[in-house]
Amino acid sequence: MNKFLITLGSLAVIATTQSCKMKNADSVVSGDAAAKVYVAPGKYDEFYNFVSGGFSGNVTVYGLPSGRLLKTIPVFSVFPENGYGYSEETKPMLNTSNGPVAWDDQHHLELSQTDGKQDGRWIFANANNTPRVARIDLTTFRTAEIIQIPNSAGNHSSPFATENTEYVVAGTRFSVPLGDADVPISSFKKNFRSTASFIKVDKATGNMNIAFQIVLPGMNLDLSHAGKGPSHDWFFFSCYNTEQAYTMLEVNASQKDKDFIVAVNWKKAEEYANSGKGHKMPASYAHNTYDETAHTAKSVIEKDVLVLDPKDCPDMVYMIPCPKSPHGADVDPTGEYIVGSGKLAALIPVFSFEKITKAIQDKQFEGNFYGIPVIKYEAALHGEVKKPGLGPLHTEFDGRGNAYTSMFLSSEVVKWRLSDLQVLDRAPTYYSVGHLMIPGGDTKSPTGKYLVAYNKITKDRYLPTGPELCQSAQLYDISGDKMQLLLDFPTAGEPHYGQACPADLIKDKQVKFYDINKNKNEFLTLGEKKANVIRKGNRVDVYMTAIRSHLVPDNIEGVYVGDDVYFHVTNLEQDWDIPHGFAVKNSSSVDLLIMPGETQTVKFTAQKQGIYPFYCTDFCSALHQEMSGYMRVSPKGSNVPLKFGTNVIAPDPTAVAATK
Amino acid sequence: MKKLTIPGKASIILVILFLATLWILPMWRIDLRAPQYPGGLSMKIWINDVKGDVDIINGLNHYIGMSTIHKKDFPEFIFLPTTMIVFMLLGVVVLLINKKIGYYIWTLLFAFIGIFSFYDFYKWEYNYGHNLNPAAPIKVPGMSYQPPLFGYKKLLNFEVLSQPDVAGWFYIGAGVLLVAITIYELKKSFAK
Repeated sequence: MNKFLITLGSLAVIATTQSCKMKNADSVVSGDAAAKVYVAPGKYDEFYNFVSGGFSGNVTVYGLPSGRLLKTIPVFSVFPENGYGYSEETKPMLNTSNGPVAWDDQHHLELSQTDGKQDGRWIFANANNTPRVARIDLTTFRTAEIIQIPNSAGNHSSPFATENTEYVVAGTRFSVPLGDADVPISSFKKNFRSTASFIKVDKATGNMNIAFQIVLPGMNLDLSHAGKGPSHDWFFFSCYNTEQAYTMLEVNASQKDKDFIVAVNWKKAEEYANSGKGHKMPASYAHNTYDETAHTAKSVIEKDVLVLDPKDCPDMVYMIPCPKSPHGADVDPTGEYIVGSGKLAALIPVFSFEKITKAIQDKQFEGNFYGIPVIKYEAALHGEVKKPGLGPLHTEFDGRGNAYTSMFLSSEVVKWRLSDLQVLDRAPTYYSVGHLMIPGGDTKSPTGKYLVAYNKITKDRYLPTGPELCQSAQLYDISGDKMQLLLDFPTAGEPHYGQACPADLIKDKQVKFYDINKNKNEFLTLGEKKANVIRKGNRVDVYMTAIRSHLVPDNIEGVYVGDDVYFHVTNLEQDWDIPHGFAVKNSSSVDLLIMPGETQTVKFTAQKQGIYPFYCTDFCSALHQEMSGYMRVSPKGSNVPLKFGTNVIAPDPTAVAATK
Repeated sequence: MKKLTIPGKASIILVILFLATLWILPMWRIDLRAPQYPGGLSMKIWINDVKGDVDIINGLNHYIGMSTIHKKDFPEFIFLPTTMIVFMLLGVVVLLINKKIGYYIWTLLFAFIGIFSFYDFYKWEYNYGHNLNPAAPIKVPGMSYQPPLFGYKKLLNFEVLSQPDVAGWFYIGAGVLLVAITIYELKKSFAK
């Protein structure tokens, strides 16, 4: 009996000890979370969430609140899945002044806006490594245009847009000498520059061109956002490394107490550019556009760029001191407050546009940085959010007067009020949140219903998959006073910033297929009767059609080792969701995925003799397995005549020979 | 001979107006639905054309060896409008001569055209569903694919619904009106 009591007693002790363990995620998910993210089969999500792919170079699209992955949009990286960057038609999209660049690091996204509100026309994406900005068409979810940025490196503070998408910006994070000059790295202060490029976006077509570049001192422009309403004419860039370190930046760029928010009056800059205050500088950068009717991209190398020097352009650029290497520079929906997040600071400074304007009028400057006036910190300051958390990075807004800042080090989202800068709520993230996003949270009219945290560290959140893990995002309901964690969902590549908009803005204007009668591709085959194979020297052009469930021609002979064979495949279907794929055995190139009404080309160089089957790679119909054909590659110099067809059944020539 | 009543005369104008809708609206529709076509497919038959998702339906039908539908293969698209125009002109004649007997003949003519049209439609459907290409990739023993003349039928993975479209209902309305007024005219003449 005593033994039994002792056993019971020890059990009780163990039980108590167990209940003292540290708080985990289970305790923060409340009861109705599942219902809030459940999107029934066949029903649609409420929001499209566009998420940057980071080192995948692509953009992914998720549905919210379900967190389901809907699509990967290839932008800066080749995409074997659908032939982007491999097909002859799409190769020029990845051209640069340095030749083809098949990968990039895609950080930020910005939906096009009209009057400060999302208009659902395009989404812009930056490439950080080889500075480029892309425009994606939201009727096709395809990359429509890519422009390279000269005189820049580390295109990080990009592609943020002004209220009517007048301009999309690109800012240098890794200062470099202008014109790719050959100088010692140690001459950083003298020779290195950062540039803020303003890319003009055509209102009707969306076509981009670099209107002007503002040349700034050598430092690291980090992030940016355009002003709104009263601050419409301004753009705000955060910067760090005003120490101008060029080695061991971790230490050497973290010495100063304050770096800057760079305030650029882009309206003034535009006036200066138009009135000839800038100068044309030779440059070399690619401008690639995709023609939706020719289904073909072309790449043009531009020859010069207009640069503006703040020295010649008074009143165009001001610096606002901002504590400790600021990261995010975010503007609230009213356009009055500019939030600078000093990633190493223990507070969040909030600047007032009204005060900035007044400080400029009253010349309340504390000095200058390479001739650019530096406004007194206190004169520009609305106030500081005290003890918000550790490692503030980015801020978005709910349109109800509240701001939400991501805290990398303390791994949480902190909600605070813009008016009195009081912290209202905090919610943990799993783990180490980078960017956060509220649908329309960087525009004039946010939809303050959900918040997504894009986390940098995943650890134990999902079933483990070896050393390399997926990235992780978290969805919160922010409609109430307290933030409520709803969902974890894995993400692809490494998401940085994201954008989201109500599905209704986009979903009803989707292209379902291409009208084949409008197909202007040079190698279009309009109907099976037009199918052809033409030899010119050692180039063989195959004009091929695909329709359920056969390819025309599906037998090709008279191709020799060393020939370059171009398969131009036209998908004759005119119905939604009937793509055909195309691949050839041993092809060093890849798959094509051809949408209905589209023509795409894959180049195949015959290396060795043999019979090469080719087939449709997208399960298109009940007879998909039958959608295949053969190409005969004969030795160089043999006299096999050029022959092709479909459903041509010839007598077996070898059998005839045997009977003779 | 007895003259037409006021409602009788009015009905002639109405019938002509009803029939005129055949040129501005489709008269018959065949709707198809399959798991792969959540939005459904629809073929709209006009007095002189066949529209809707005909190309998609043609594309699908090659699997089971059905012939493809093309406007030019239908002499009906010339005969039917011609017949209807003649019929409508005869209505004007009936109105002008203003005799009951003219109206009765006109109604009989309508009934004849209607019955013949349906017979012709049935015959086309029969041939369309039965004359299959012997080299078709998919052959289901004993299966034919004749669409329903009117109403619902299940054909392999497709559910098919055949019914009048807007102008078709006007056509039916014209028939109902003709029969009703014929009875009315007869009653009036016996009452006197």
